[in-house]
Amino acid sequence: MSAVAPPKPSAPPAARRSARDSSASWRWTDRLGLAFAWFLGLTFLAVTAAIVLYMMVQGIRYVRPELFVTHPAAGVTERASGGFLDPLMGTVIVALMAMAIAFPLGLAIGVWLSEYGRPSWLARVTESTIEMLAGSPSIVFALFGTLLFEQGAFAFLSRTNDGVVYGRSFFAAASMLSLIALPLIVANVREGLQAIPGHVREASYAVGKTRIATTRRVLLPAARPSVVTGAMLGVGRIIGDTAIIVILLGATLRFTESGDVPLLSTLKGTGSTLTTFVYANAPTGEINQPEKAFAAGFVLLSMVLALNFAVDVAARRGRRWR
Amino acid sequence: MALASRTHRASRGLLPDQRAELMLGALVCAVLLFVLLLVVFVFKEAWPSFDHNGFGWFGADGNPDQQVQEIYTSANLLRRPVYTFHAWPIIWGTLLTTLGAVTLSFVSALFVSVFVVEFAPEAIKRILEPVVRLLASVPSVIFGLLGVLILVPFIGNHVITDGNRRSVAYIVSLSGYSLLAGVLILSLMIAPLMIAVFSDGLRAVPRGWLEGSLGLGINRWRTFWKIGVRTARPALVAGTVLATARALGETVMLAMVTGGVSFAPNPADGLIFFVEPTRPLAATILQTAEELTSEPMRHTIFAMAAVLLFSAAMLSLAGWAAKQPMKRYGVRA
Repeated sequence: MSAVAPPKPSAPPAARRSARDSSASWRWTDRLGLAFAWFLGLTFLAVTAAIVLYMMVQGIRYVRPELFVTHPAAGVTERASGGFLDPLMGTVIVALMAMAIAFPLGLAIGVWLSEYGRPSWLARVTESTIEMLAGSPSIVFALFGTLLFEQGAFAFLSRTNDGVVYGRSFFAAASMLSLIALPLIVANVREGLQAIPGHVREASYAVGKTRIATTRRVLLPAARPSVVTGAMLGVGRIIGDTAIIVILLGATLRFTESGDVPLLSTLKGTGSTLTTFVYANAPTGEINQPEKAFAAGFVLLSMVLALNFAVDVAARRGRRWR
Repeated sequence: MALASRTHRASRGLLPDQRAELMLGALVCAVLLFVLLLVVFVFKEAWPSFDHNGFGWFGADGNPDQQVQEIYTSANLLRRPVYTFHAWPIIWGTLLTTLGAVTLSFVSALFVSVFVVEFAPEAIKRILEPVVRLLASVPSVIFGLLGVLILVPFIGNHVITDGNRRSVAYIVSLSGYSLLAGVLILSLMIAPLMIAVFSDGLRAVPRGWLEGSLGLGINRWRTFWKIGVRTARPALVAGTVLATARALGETVMLAMVTGGVSFAPNPADGLIFFVEPTRPLAATILQTAEELTSEPMRHTIFAMAAVLLFSAAMLSLAGWAAKQPMKRYGVRA
């Protein structure tokens, strides 16, 4: 989670360098250690650069404008197998739906943990539960989703066939995906609220505002950059997830509708996202069209990079209280 | 109207603020209840499989792939469902990939974060920090794609020799889909997580302690290695735990590059060990998930999920314990 925490303000000034600091006079083990640190640091940079550049090059080679507007098709050649309109739409739909669930919940839990937190045992339990959610494999959530949405009570959220509930739909996938975004949102909302100094709250109480009014009118607007960061990190996690989508969205490349209410039928039906499209088009997948996989992977990576950049901008604007 | 609402409020004895607190608290409780439900249901569904196999579930006996086939088909025939399942090769694969990747990335993440915090020139520091975050957010399916199209063919064509292939031909076929590919890519995926937590811990080391050592004439490397890294030990543990949980739960990338057969790589094979295929727990669940329709198979799959969930919970407990001493330095990770 903290892999993507907003950057710390610049580190304390490095120790002054003098001739005595030059590593030439160090013992050879120390020099070896320093050299190894330099080597690994630069290797890390080089590997990341290589990955991003390779995906860029492959993406630019294989992305065609028509891929964005054609439906996937079952073909055996790169030319015949269509584009990724449906997966692209699927990614957007899944991200919107999952965030619609995760964002209000995450906000509520974050506010409760930071501003209320009574009784304190409940706060501790909540904290460790959220932490456990963050560390749990998403495939477990996916399995639980199949169990939950095959119950008769949730039949209205997916396809039903002779009384057997299929249990795979956008609703099922999005609700389980919201679980993997939740810890990120809670952590960021909470961190943002806790970074606001106590005198801001006291000033608001002093003019007669209640705690909830203070939270809504003073604290949350002030913590907006953190809230936005949390939301965007959540979206990033959602659109990058594959396991839940493969199991809970049915992994049919095209949208398969269920029922006849226009929008609801799509959401009740099965589909795919960019991640499952890449998964299916990789040599290990069912379709095996690597060029399509590269094109879709490039689009996916660009979305993630854009989100990352947006998080950076949001974090930079959030230095008000430091 | 206003009067009515006021009397109503007075009768319940609730101020708007209290009502808000109750509502937020209720939401929190609902989420907690949902998670509890999740855990209970996963273990309940998993129970029949554990019940039939006992501790043999974790043992080595026969080929899990064949056992899965037996379990799956037993639901379709009019006979007693079969539950016999011995998951050792899968668990061994999970242990190998997780421990291998965590060891590899621990060493490199430690050196990289020391470099980032203390020794890198300002320009490199400014590039490395966003790069770490970027790498942490690349979806795992993209790592899988790159692994399948670049690393796996490379291992298949250049690392594995024909002699290697012949020497184990009667046991398993070597194709490049291997433990080695999985470990290498997985360590690249979890390293950013470790680097982020490690650097936070290293930055929180009180500057005065380092300067005291420098003032005694100890050089910068030795100072940072002996004092900085030692002081940040709780952060090192916390980061490692976090990364281990991630490695354990990694599904798609490992399903793509490790070969998809439940084979236990045998250290007695020498160096070939590293290029033998395997398949960890999470990847096994993903690849058998289509067989959820079969009753006994469902219990078996949930048993694997329960093992994963239990390990994740234990790890998060360990992470919590490791984080306690860190609060002294005001590090939040």
